Parts: sequence; structure tokens; C-alpha cells
Amino acid sequence: MKHRTLYFVLALAMVLSLALSGCGKKATGPLTFVLVPKNLGNPYFDTANNGAQEAAKELGVTVTYQGSAAADATQQIQLINSLIAQKVNGLAISANDSDALVPVGKDAIKAGIPVVSWDSAIGKEGRVLHINQAVLHDIGAIEIKMALDLTGADGGKIAILSATSTAPNQNAWIEVMKEELTKPEYAKLELVDVVYGDDDDTKSYNEAQALFKKYPDLKVIIAPTTVGIAASARAVTDAGLIGKVFVTGLGTPNQMREYVKNGASPEFALWNPGDLGYLSIYVLHALATGEIKGVAGEKFTAGKLGEYTIQEDADLGVNVLLGPPFVYNADNIDQFNW
Amino acid sequence: MTVPSSAEGDTLSKSLINAAAPPRTFLARFQRWEWMLVGLIVIVVALNTALSPYFLDAQNLSRTSSDFMEMGIMMLAMVFIIITGGIDLSVASNLGMCASFMGWLFMAGVDIWIAALAALALGTFAGFVNGTLVARMKLPPLVVTLGTYAFYRGVAYVLLGDQAARGYPEAFTYIGQGKLLGTLLPFSVALFGVLAVVFGLVLHKTTFGRYLFAIGNNENASVYSGVPVARIKVIIFTVSGFMAALAGLVLAARFGSTRPDIGNGLELSVITAAVLGGVDINGGAGTMSGAVLSLFLIGLLRFGMGLLNIQGQVQGVVIGLLLILSILLPNVAHTFSGSGRKLQRHSLWAIIAFVVVFIAFVAFFFWSREAVLIK
Repeated sequence: MKHRTLYFVLALAMVLSLALSGCGKKATGPLTFVLVPKNLGNPYFDTANNGAQEAAKELGVTVTYQGSAAADATQQIQLINSLIAQKVNGLAISANDSDALVPVGKDAIKAGIPVVSWDSAIGKEGRVLHINQAVLHDIGAIEIKMALDLTGADGGKIAILSATSTAPNQNAWIEVMKEELTKPEYAKLELVDVVYGDDDDTKSYNEAQALFKKYPDLKVIIAPTTVGIAASARAVTDAGLIGKVFVTGLGTPNQMREYVKNGASPEFALWNPGDLGYLSIYVLHALATGEIKGVAGEKFTAGKLGEYTIQEDADLGVNVLLGPPFVYNADNIDQFNW
Repeated sequence: MTVPSSAEGDTLSKSLINAAAPPRTFLARFQRWEWMLVGLIVIVVALNTALSPYFLDAQNLSRTSSDFMEMGIMMLAMVFIIITGGIDLSVASNLGMCASFMGWLFMAGVDIWIAALAALALGTFAGFVNGTLVARMKLPPLVVTLGTYAFYRGVAYVLLGDQAARGYPEAFTYIGQGKLLGTLLPFSVALFGVLAVVFGLVLHKTTFGRYLFAIGNNENASVYSGVPVARIKVIIFTVSGFMAALAGLVLAARFGSTRPDIGNGLELSVITAAVLGGVDINGGAGTMSGAVLSLFLIGLLRFGMGLLNIQGQVQGVVIGLLLILSILLPNVAHTFSGSGRKLQRHSLWAIIAFVVVFIAFVAFFFWSREAVLIK
């Protein structure tokens, strides 16, 4: 008997403490949206949440940021089930598994909760629309534009340092870059070589060094891969070529901060996850208030990002395109931490 | 698990007592741990109902219950294995392999039901391999299933790579998503219920079940008493393989698709549920009702915490602490019933410290959570 009483007292204490600490602030805004990342503790998603909170303030809605401990579909579905149960007013999800999340997304929509996916899409039937961060063409185009920025009006020799020779994304971007180079405004840019660093830091570094030797008057290295761009910028720094050879391409702020500041890579591009979170909340708000239904051709305005038109294509279904890639440079890089 | 030789005489007599009068032991067990679980469930339900208007909602409970059924299905066979003193770490990998195999066959144009049967056969065979290595080769189950844990998951990746198998017909996805006609009861819950009764009866009402306890209490004594230990071990690991494959079908049906990482990490949740249910990790003791109750407790606790928007990491911490407490308490109770006041006081302090740490941690978390959320 004595033991049992002990058990109960202990159990009660435990559960009570849990419950009491659970009596935190509850969402009181008129509309509550939830931004669901792939997992918690990832600075990329935290940046998206900052953007989402900014949108929440402007719209006067509540946005909570909730994710599973691990980037795992089973856990994410469990989380979404509890969010459906709470009858939140909208879900913006970065899917851990585009297919496995379709049934739970359907459930949410059936329960009257608009679902959009961002960053990583849910299959077409499991969401109203997807917020697409970038399209192929824009990524290729911005890289050539940055290259011309860096060489100046006189142009010069440029080279591409890619991932592997079979990487589908990179190859598609390189095709776009080559097309862009045929335009008259880029006539002074001369693409001298395309090399492959295999997304390996050391190999990329060595390939960059080889480029310096082979083309002493090389002006710009474009690396459309986050591994290649950092390795190239380090190679430029180590070889004392800052100011002579510039590196640009696709990178992330934390990895490139030092090279933006030392001049090895004055600018590079990628989408801004903050804007992605911001737009997600505006889309949810437009859906929840009935401003849009999520059909191609509809237009809506998303605060500072301006007007958007919903589109539809075979690959992504109904989607909204965030816009041209974001250019990071010395003026803005310290606003980002991911 | 092997029994230290100094204690062999003691456990031998224990196993003889167990074999002679099992019902009484079970009843005693039930009084101790199962009622504790029932009490916890009542508390959890009451608190959650008070804290969230969405908790006691048939639709919501129905939706969330199917989140835990794959775990439950695998847990049933795991209880058998743990009671004999073994462990099966490969269940979730086996689940992944079978679901991937089914998906792979389906994508190759095989009828979904034939693919599902093939997956069940594969899972059963995979379990048989575990059992044979453990029982016939006399290898430690922890090491054997740690090996097949990696191997089976590897096969899943070989089969599907970075692709997903999708487009399962609705008749099949019913297994994971459907509800019994005219009710809110998910099919998977009904399936689990039936299986739980069957497994419970086998464990507590048959000679086979009593052999499992005997093996767990003292394997050597069981061998000398004429219990077919090796054969029983092969059988329970094979059953575990079959149940893993079945759980794989349910999970794939719930997802409506399969990726090779399906069910990753579930094995630890399965073992947690069994042990929290009072199944002794050293073997020899445990009840099916305890394990099923603990599954409900974990499910309700997780769902309730989800409704309070408690983040995943902390949900894990709470379950983990509950688990530690669950193995700590019987030890303390043992000390109480035994002699030696110093020990008693020592254990009491340990428990108090434990509860204090628990409260401090939860408080800390909410403090940090507020800091994270309101930027």
C-alpha cells in the first residue's frame, strides 16, 4: 500500500509540474498560422521564421514556429495532426517527405485549414499551393549579371567552377549562363573554362588554384555550388589575388561572410529564407481570409515584396514564385545569420 | 541476458516459483505497475482536458491514435523478446526494408496485395535470420540485431535509393488511413486491438507464454527443465520480423508512399513503450496489459503535449524521464520492502533529486521556449 501511495504522489507531482509549466501564453490573435520547418535548430529555418514574424506583425496575426526534433516524416505528421486538432487557421510546411505528407495535408484541407508548402514541396494534392524559392533561369541569369558587376564594363575572362560534371541542377544553370552570355550586354565577358570540384572542398580549392595558373588574367570565378564558392574564395584569399580575381555564385551568408568582407567575393546570390517565410504568411493570410482561392491567375499583394500572381506548371502544380534570387553583399550580409 | 553465477541459485528458485504459480505473480505485478499506469493515464487525460479544449474530441483522438499503431504492433512481439531477456533492435529497419520491398515490387508493376504478401514473407524471413543467429549460433541478440539493424535499412536504400514508391490504390491505403465503417475507429487501431488480445492470451494463458518467463528468469534452468529454448527464441524473433513487416504495411499505407528512411528510429520508441509498461529489460517479468497501457500513456502524453505546443525535443525528454522513473521506482520499492534504513534514505533522496531536476528542467524549457518564440 505504502509503495502505491508513493507512486501516485510522485506521478502527480511530475504531471502537475508539467501541466503548470504548460500554462504559458496562449495564442490570442484573431488568426493563428503555423510555420513548420523540416526540423528545429536549423539557422536557415530560423531565418525564415524571422521573416514570418515580421509578416505576422504587419498583418496583425499570430504565427507560431513549430517543428519536430528530427527532420523525419513520422514526427512531422504527428506534429501536424496535433496542429489540425487545434484548428489553427493555416499551415506553411517545409516537407520532410513530399509523398508521405500528402494524406495529412489532405486531412488538414478537409478540416478547413489552408496548407501551403515552402522550401520543400508537399505533393500536389496535399497542399493548396507551393511557394517556390527560385527558378532555374533566374539563378543562371543572376550569376552572369554578378560576374559583369565584378569585372566592370570592360569585361574579361571568366570561368565556372561547378559541382560534379553530372550534377543536374548545376548543369542546367550552366546552360542558362551560356545562353545569357550570348546577349549583347555580356559581349565583353569571355567564358574560358568550366571545371568541376565535385562538391569536395579540397578538390574545389585545387581546381581554383589551377585556374589561376592557367589563366593569369582571369577576372571572375562563378561557382554555382555552396562548396565550390567557399573553396574558391579561400583559394583567392590564400593566393593573395584579392582584387584581381573575384568569386561569385551561390553561397550561404555564414560561410561567405569573411570573403565578402575581405573582398574575395564581394557579392553572391541565393534566395532569402526570411523572404520565403514572410511570403508564406502573406499567402496563408490571403487564403484564410478568402482573398485568393489558390487558383492560377489570381493576384495578391505581399507587403514589402509587392504583387504576386499565382501560376501553375506541370512540375510544381499551383505555385507562387518568390522572385529573383537575392544578392548578398557587404551592405546586407550582417543582417543574416544562417 | 546472462545471469551472474553467484545469483544463479537465487534466480533458479525464483524461476521455479514463477513456473509453479504464475497467476499470483501476475496479479501482484498488476497491482504494482499497471494501476500506476492507469493512474497516470487518468491524470494525463484530466489535465489535458482541462488545459486544451481540443483534447477530448473524438475526431482528434481518432486521428492521433493511428500515429502510434505501427509502434504498438511491433511492441507486441518485442514484449515476448524482452521477457526472455533478449532484444530486437532491427524492427524498424526491418519495417523499412519490407515497406521498401513492397514499394519496389509495386513500382515494377506487381499487384499491391501480392507485393504486400511478399513483404510479409520477407519480414518473417528477416526475423527468422535474427532468431537463428541468436538461438542456434548462440550470439548475443543485442549484437546480432544491431548488425541486422544496419543491414536491413541498407537493403531498403538499395531497393529504392532516393526514390519514393507512390500511387498505392485506395483499397490498400485503407489499412493505414481508413476507419471502420460508420465509426471513427481507425482500421489500424482495430487491427492492433485484435493482435494485442491474441498476444496477451498467448503470453499469459499458454504454456508457450510461461516458457518465455522461464527463459527470462533463468535460461540454463529452462534448458535443463526441458524447455525448447532455442526453438522458442527462433519463433519469437520470427514473429517479431512478421510484425515489423505488418507495421511496415500499415505505415506505408498511412503515408500512401514509401521512402527507404520510412520508420527510421522507431525501434527505440518500441522498446521504450515495452519497458515503461513494466516489462523487465533483464527478462522474466512483464505483462501485455502493462505494455498496451504504456503505449496509450505515451500516445496521450505526446498528443497532449503537442496540443500545448511543447516542442518535440522536450516531449522526448519527458518520455525519457518517465522511463527512468519507471525503472527507478520498483528498485526503490524493493529497498523499502527489504531491510536497511540507510539504503532507504539514500533512494528517497535520489527520487527527490530526480523530481526536482525534472521540474527545474521543464521550467527551464518553457523559459527558453518563450525566449525563442517571441522575437
